[in-house]
Amino acid sequence: MRRAKLIGATLLAIAAGGVGYAVAWAEAEPAHPLKVIKVSAKRFVFTPNTLTLKKGETVDIELSSEDVPMGFNVPDLASRADVLPGTTTHLRLTPQKVGTLVFLCDIFCGSGHEDMSGVITVVE
Amino acid sequence: MKNNIDRRQFMRLAGMGGVVFASGLSGFNPARALGGTTGSDGSAQGSDFFFVQLSDTHWGFSGPAINPDAQGTLRKAIAEVNALSDQPDFVVFTGDLTQTTDDPSERRRRLAEFKEIVKDLRVKTVRYMPGEHDAALDRGAAYKEFFGQTHYTFDYEGVHFIVLDNVSDPAAALGDEQLTWLAQDLSQQDRLQRIVVFTHRPLFDLAPTWDWATRDGARAIDLLMPFPHVTVFYGHIHQEHHHLTGHIAHHAAKGLMFALPAPLSVPKKAPLPWDAAAPYKGLGFREIEQDGHSNPITELPISATRTALL
Repeated sequence: MRRAKLIGATLLAIAAGGVGYAVAWAEAEPAHPLKVIKVSAKRFVFTPNTLTLKKGETVDIELSSEDVPMGFNVPDLASRADVLPGTTTHLRLTPQKVGTLVFLCDIFCGSGHEDMSGVITVVE
Repeated sequence: MKNNIDRRQFMRLAGMGGVVFASGLSGFNPARALGGTTGSDGSAQGSDFFFVQLSDTHWGFSGPAINPDAQGTLRKAIAEVNALSDQPDFVVFTGDLTQTTDDPSERRRRLAEFKEIVKDLRVKTVRYMPGEHDAALDRGAAYKEFFGQTHYTFDYEGVHFIVLDNVSDPAAALGDEQLTWLAQDLSQQDRLQRIVVFTHRPLFDLAPTWDWATRDGARAIDLLMPFPHVTVFYGHIHQEHHHLTGHIAHHAAKGLMFALPAPLSVPKKAPLPWDAAAPYKGLGFREIEQDGHSNPITELPISATRTALL
């Protein structure tokens, strides 16, 4: 079962294109020890809202919501996950280019939704 | 209204009124047919007509540095439409009628006020659709109480109009159910049918990092692609914008509360500040002509001197 999940995840990664890739799953079960970065969402802010990742390094973004359903979307990595209260969601990111990437909440969550975003800085 | 083609034709020929030759273009017949005839490609054509698009009125917005006339701009826009020498066949509001609020009773109060204000339009055929500010927090429940269904079709003078809802789902998706409904509707249309789509968000990925996209909008475009005469009018981005996906033209309208910067032109999207030297700059509405297979657009401003009905 787990092997099937990983194969599906690999296919997703290939489909994501050359700028990086990501894998989301709903259980804390990484195949290898990964750097874990916890990101908490609550209306209308991500904490932290600035992340620094290394080019080519896979990280596990551990997402949680303190109040309402949110989304965590990194459009330039073609990667997103739902972030639901009461559960933890993991999203693996492997950026392949140095630069800055925007992440944002893509589930309308209230009057401050449009300001709910952050920046990922990708370094060598 | 119908049969006012002489004035409108003159405006286009003279280049007056900010006319933009932005149309579906595919199948455009320069020897356009008038009065319920058949086009050169065999498609049925009704009489030419025009309608007015207003968008993103954000009733309930407050921010003096952004728009010190937040209570007056919508009324001025209505007065502008009422003052047109030729009245449109209908008016369409492409979403974000109100500014979002987390309070359901306040949401209803704003929707009610908006509905009361737009009753002053001389044109009595008015079409509505929600924006995410109106509908995303309650999946359109309050909106439906005031304006009915969030997606629907209607036909007018040989044109098939399709209103799509890409906002009631807070994830900015049309959803399988609506896409199935769209496919079913399109299956009943002749391939040469003239189709106009109204929606709030762009159906294509204009700027996903600014939330200017529809998650499954590409599926709607795929369904529309076999039809050669399709044009999409939308709002959401508070500025004029024109884009082609294949032969399908997508035209974004200016807003009527605040302007937003050009897509991805600044690091972070935010309303443009009010320009006291040029009040209402960046705000406006548009006339859209149905001219054979073409949809010439006339962009119109809000005049600072226009007296609104109060």
